Amino acid sequence: MSEVLLEAKAVAKHFGGVKALQDVSLTIRRGEVYGLIGPNGAGKTTFFNCLTGLYKNEFGEFLFDGHRLEADAPHKVATLGIARTFQNIRLFGNMTTIENVMVGRHVRTHAGVFGAIFRDRKTVAEEQGIRRRALELLHYVGIADRADDLAKNLSYGDQRRLEIARALATEPKLLCLDEPAAGMNGTETEGLRELIVGIRKDGVTILLIEHDVKLVMGLCDRVAVLDYGEMIAEDVPTVVQKNPRVIEAYLGGSVA
Amino acid sequence: MSNMFKMPGMQKYPVVGLILVAVTLAALPFLVAMTGGQAWVRILNFAILYIFLALGLNIVVGMAGLLDLGYIAFYAVGAYVWALLASPHFGLHLPFWVILPIGAALACCFGVLLGSPTLKLRGDYLAIVTLGFGEIIRIFLNNLNAPFNLTNGAQGITRIDPLTIGDFSFSAQSSLFGIDFSGPMKYYYVLLLLAIFVIIVNVRLHDSRIGRAWQAIREDEVAAKAAGINTRNVKLLAFAMGASFGGIAGGMFSAMQGFVSPESFSLLESIMVLAMVVLGGMGHIPGVILGAVLLTALPEALRYGVEPLQHMAFGRQLIDPEALRMLVFGLALVLVMRFRPAGLWPSPERRRELAEKEA
Ligand SMILES: Nc1ncnc2c1ncn2[C@@H]1O[C@H](COP(=O)(O)OP(=O)(O)O)[C@@H](O)[C@H]1O
Ligand SMILES: [Mg+2]
Repeated sequence: MSEVLLEAKAVAKHFGGVKALQDVSLTIRRGEVYGLIGPNGAGKTTFFNCLTGLYKNEFGEFLFDGHRLEADAPHKVATLGIARTFQNIRLFGNMTTIENVMVGRHVRTHAGVFGAIFRDRKTVAEEQGIRRRALELLHYVGIADRADDLAKNLSYGDQRRLEIARALATEPKLLCLDEPAAGMNGTETEGLRELIVGIRKDGVTILLIEHDVKLVMGLCDRVAVLDYGEMIAEDVPTVVQKNPRVIEAYLGGSVA
Repeated sequence: MSNMFKMPGMQKYPVVGLILVAVTLAALPFLVAMTGGQAWVRILNFAILYIFLALGLNIVVGMAGLLDLGYIAFYAVGAYVWALLASPHFGLHLPFWVILPIGAALACCFGVLLGSPTLKLRGDYLAIVTLGFGEIIRIFLNNLNAPFNLTNGAQGITRIDPLTIGDFSFSAQSSLFGIDFSGPMKYYYVLLLLAIFVIIVNVRLHDSRIGRAWQAIREDEVAAKAAGINTRNVKLLAFAMGASFGGIAGGMFSAMQGFVSPESFSLLESIMVLAMVVLGGMGHIPGVILGAVLLTALPEALRYGVEPLQHMAFGRQLIDPEALRMLVFGLALVLVMRFRPAGLWPSPERRRELAEKEA
């Protein structure tokens, strides 16, 4: 098994005249927490969208765990082992909390229409497994007491946790978190930090977009900095922090 | 969801409750025949057929959230398959166990045919395309009488075989155990079995891996994709499943009526079935059943009630009952949407949520 889990090669994405990503190349190693930072509009979310197949990048490619990722095929990306959360939380609002996580099991299970209708023993066993695993994950992220509430009725912090639980349900090798601490207060952020540390300990590699500088610097093994779609630095946090271009980008744009 | 049919009393005595429901359902056509005559048994049958149809559409609209305004097209396909394979039109008289699967399969193919070009459409746009599709099918049925007379055009197809199992015909009167069963009564029991089947299918699908995938797409398609759902296949599956049920319902319609023509499959019919799903409680299965029963019975009750009422009040007929019927019907729909926006019998979760919003 190679040490590199994800390799982005010269990825570029344009929206009309806006160059949201230009020539972005980076490598993420197995087991690390890799930070992606940069001012608002730098292209971080766009990078996630290209990686997970929601957008089609014009140039470049992603190599993940020995596979070339297909653009425009999000479900294949998920099958290969990349899961994500969204900057603007995207849950299945009118489904219950546990059902949201159960949807995450879709990609690792098989029952079809006939199994659903006739409920053969294999399907029933699989369904029980799905529910059991979903409940475990709710305990893991700490919202098991809300299992039967509609997702849209959860508090903001709990919704963020639910998104992480749903992502973990797909058994990812790489978990991509898009500003998970946005809008959280100090206690919630601390809880989130502990959660991320735990997930990492369980062997999941993490790609983290975050504005909370303290959180990023404390958690990440390495950090890449995007500015106007270009990668201007990539190194361990302490070095990146002192990089003049990074300081310039942050002072020039809105301070994170 | 699994306990959604449980009433307070039924939790304590589930067997007693079940027997009570079964006896009521078994006796229902006799009660209806006694109070309203055979005409109302026929109406009862249509109510059940519409339950079947509405729950088929519920898979597409209620679960997967795909607004389909052309659903009646699949009903039409099923109806014409039966009409063509069991009538003097082509001189074919195939048994039901050949026709119904063919009808369901062909409707399923049409479902995929409609589904594949609309995969990227949602909401209003999807509604417009499906509406067009429904009309295209109807217009085809209207015009496929030349150069080769496939559908007999606007005249429709007559003298369609009723449902027969072996030598047992469901159209004629017969007596069993000393009890007289009319044709409509016998159809009632067949339709009841079909309805129970489609209810079970709906309930089980709702709580399955595929059903959850449909609901996820309904709630947020992007998130569903990112969670690993192949939205293309799963949506096509919803269209195919819904269409198959429409096809089976159409076959039963042909057999019951003995006559089909394109007129029966107008846009208004599609809208009616959709209204049953929405009015009853968007995706909540008991609500959809209630919607189907009410929307079948209400227009009929108005039809039978309006004329005598006018004679009683004014001594003569002032307003054409048909016009008044649609007026009252429309008013009823508007009132329901105004005062019970989640439907007459919404799912407990939705009811709770609406209550919270108002609080
Ligand atoms: N779907 C889109 N259509 C057009 N422009 C977009 C779209 N998504 C992002 N952009 C543009 O791409 C740039 C990068 O956006 P984004 O990736 O969201 O930044 P970040 O996540 O770093 O704040 C911005 O200029 C944004 O306006
Ligand atoms: Mg962003």
